[in-house]
Amino acid sequence: MNRATKATIIFGVILISIYGVLAWWREGRFLGLPKNRAQLAENLRENIRLGLDLRGGTHMILQVRVHEALRSEADTVMERLKEELRKARIDYAAMDRNEPARVEEADLIHIMIKGVPAARAGDLRGLINERFGAWVLTAVSPTEYRLNLRPTELIALKKETVERTIRTLERRINSLGLTEPVIQAHGPTEKSFQILVQLPGVDDPARVKQIMGTAAVLELSEVKDGPFASPEQARAKHGGVLPLNTRLVPEMRRPGESGEAWYLVVRTPVITGRDLRNARPGRDEFQKWETDFTLGRDGARRFARFTEANVGNRLAIILDGQVRSAPTIQSRIEDSGRITGAANQQDASDLALVLQSGSLPAGIDYLEERTVGPSLGADSIRQGVISGVVGLVLVITVMLVYYRKSGLNAVIALLLNGVLTLAALCYFEAIWTLPGIAGFILSLGMAVDSNVLIFERIREELRSGKGVVAAVEAGFDRAFITIIDTHVTTVVSSAFLFIFGTGPVKGFAVTLVIGLIANLFTAVFVSRTMFDFALARQAQVRTLSI
Amino acid sequence: MELFRETNIDFLGKRRFTLGLSVLLVLATIASLIIKRGPKWGIDFRGGAVVYVKFREKPPVQTIRTTLESRIPGEITVQELPQSQELIIGTELKDERSLDEARGIITQTLQERLGRTGGKPDFNNVGQQVLVDHLREPLQRASVALSEQDLRDLVAHMLAFRDRERSGILNNFKELSGVPGVTPAVISTLEQELALAPFNIRQVEIVGPKVGADLREKALLATLYALGGMLVYIAFRFELIAGVAAVVAIIHDTIITIGFFSFLDREITLTVIAALLTLIGYSMNDKIVVFDRVRENLKNRFRGSLKALVNRSINQTLSRTMLTAGPTLLCTIALYYLGGPVLNGIAFALFIGIVVGTYSSIFVASAILVAWQEYLERRKKARGSAVAVPVSNVREAPRKRSAKAVK
Repeated sequence: MNRATKATIIFGVILISIYGVLAWWREGRFLGLPKNRAQLAENLRENIRLGLDLRGGTHMILQVRVHEALRSEADTVMERLKEELRKARIDYAAMDRNEPARVEEADLIHIMIKGVPAARAGDLRGLINERFGAWVLTAVSPTEYRLNLRPTELIALKKETVERTIRTLERRINSLGLTEPVIQAHGPTEKSFQILVQLPGVDDPARVKQIMGTAAVLELSEVKDGPFASPEQARAKHGGVLPLNTRLVPEMRRPGESGEAWYLVVRTPVITGRDLRNARPGRDEFQKWETDFTLGRDGARRFARFTEANVGNRLAIILDGQVRSAPTIQSRIEDSGRITGAANQQDASDLALVLQSGSLPAGIDYLEERTVGPSLGADSIRQGVISGVVGLVLVITVMLVYYRKSGLNAVIALLLNGVLTLAALCYFEAIWTLPGIAGFILSLGMAVDSNVLIFERIREELRSGKGVVAAVEAGFDRAFITIIDTHVTTVVSSAFLFIFGTGPVKGFAVTLVIGLIANLFTAVFVSRTMFDFALARQAQVRTLSI
Repeated sequence: MELFRETNIDFLGKRRFTLGLSVLLVLATIASLIIKRGPKWGIDFRGGAVVYVKFREKPPVQTIRTTLESRIPGEITVQELPQSQELIIGTELKDERSLDEARGIITQTLQERLGRTGGKPDFNNVGQQVLVDHLREPLQRASVALSEQDLRDLVAHMLAFRDRERSGILNNFKELSGVPGVTPAVISTLEQELALAPFNIRQVEIVGPKVGADLREKALLATLYALGGMLVYIAFRFELIAGVAAVVAIIHDTIITIGFFSFLDREITLTVIAALLTLIGYSMNDKIVVFDRVRENLKNRFRGSLKALVNRSINQTLSRTMLTAGPTLLCTIALYYLGGPVLNGIAFALFIGIVVGTYSSIFVASAILVAWQEYLERRKKARGSAVAVPVSNVREAPRKRSAKAVK
């Protein structure tokens, strides 16, 4: 390769790099170079993507309580099974499910059926096989049976729970109008059930957490009795046992209210959150904030029929297992209702938002939250840039003083390395984080080191009596072996960091490897070519400024 | 300019002493870790809630501490950052939910004790959406005509000014007068409608204990795998003992750096881990440069003992070692003093790590190489066998000579 070809390659790479940093470059398409300063600033802002630790924002990891979804699935199946058993006239003494209390125990979910006459065993087995294909029946004793979910069903159900949670969270966050949110499964889905949420520049993480974490399960159920001061009181009134198909629900306590209130309501709700068509904040006749909702066509028809038949009875509006209010039905209601008890306008509109976005299939736990305020991000960038510039000036000074004109070579190679790395990260749409910057600094350090290695070697060769051209050649050749070894070792270790590390460690590895590849090009190829040009200008080279 | 020309320092002559020093430092680290019950993990790894708050003037540490202690069921740490009016308020609790509550209590307490906002939103800690909603009507009343988009832009400009120019804290609304769109009417509306608390909440971290343990484990595993990968590559390019010597020296560097964190009660956070990874890469680079020269000298049929050869290799590379370490150290010092609290930990780890790493390239990695060779020689002599002991993958190395020279 002659000098002209080398120079062409180098300029080509530089141009492509600068283009990558400056151009309007979105979703895999170039849209041209900036035409004025404002456009340039915008392109730079878009191309150099900053992580949440630098630009400010909230990073959260949450875990879906999949065992809750499995518990409610088992509840649904139990209701259906009781119905089917009644129809098939198969007697049983009791039916119950276990209570997996943690995510790790989710797979243990099962239903026990006790006291089935031995003679009907075959019928029960047939019924399960025919109607409940997702479940496997095992006989524990001649009259006792256990129902387990098939392993494939378990996996599918858990996966679906996580996916539905992600979709619901997406709807909620989108309706908050936050820009560029990231909501995705985190880690191995079949084991951890974690979701990563990243919200750049979010103002009020506590409120967002509240909105995301609300289950928003709405039920409108007929009130049978109440309120009672305690569950015991309610049971005592009904002879120790709750009437068939009813349950006890506590009323939500507002600030300043003391004591408890429990309602006995019908287990199967008339209307659920799925019947909603719309929800919005509103005010009642006393100017208090509330959330109004309207029902879809199906729900409205059911609601009209129910209210017409139950005028004078009470209806409980239950949100996430708490009675919000239990008004008396005055007349037939078509398609609207309201949830009272909001503390302020924001409360009311937040509730409308979560109702609109649908309920979560299971509760969520927050495992991790990191919020970086915008002022800290701005300070980090400013201080990082100041110390970076000071460091760079120091290094450049040392190189120029110590190696004179050859030092200039190193300085150009170093700056070029910075530009190439920046460009590569733009092209890959990689994100700059603090650990990433640490990787970048290490790669720049190794870039300086490569030049020092080469120059020291050239000096050594000169001392041993070689001519300038031969010394430069030998210096580059010998130092190249060392540079390859140091670089490959670091790339190998970075590969392991990338494979086994978590987010920040990965960012470190990526920028480091990119910086090292850029360095092989700049320190070895570019620096060599510059020496070639410098030496070629003189017919007979006797001295070298090094 | 040349500072190290043809030096001939006997680096390995005192290897008993230098290896002893290293062993001593490693033991001191281990002792410190045992006494202090492990490294002081940051909240990232330990699990807990931390709130970073910047204050306008010197914060009333004692008041904050006693108030919080009465409100939060758990240990409260209130730490002052040197040279800045910043506090790190942290607590460790067993589960995620109570950590979340603790964060709420901390911010609420600060508002109550110091905010004096009188129920008005606090401009120093408010978000964009809340501000837009809160200012819409008052600005209309003050007959500042703005479209919805104008209002949003105005708020964004004011917040950007607060964060970029004033590090998140405004003393007075008049400071906003240079911001585009801010007229005297806007300022007087702001003064009426909003308060300015003398602090700004800069960062919140809540890490559940489970995630913390998980992160710690993963970071450790990734580092160990990375070291293993390097060992294999060096063993392949040089020799197994070279790989072992380099990895032992790097583990030594890492342990001593962690030791300095432990001696000075500094926290090991996720960013410090990034710095530790950086210094592992840096230190490995250093060792390879020396080993590479040893390999080259072996190829060139160096006459003399392995010790003399290694010594000469170190001397030959001394100039580059110093020239690389020197400017890098200068950079870390710049980072330490100018980089701000976040980069401070990184700079500290890098500074210690580079000093220790450079030292260990010469006095640990090379010394292990020589010590191992001498051990093999001694064993060979004791057995009196003629079995060739490999010094390197270059078979012609003058082994007989070196055996004589050692004894």
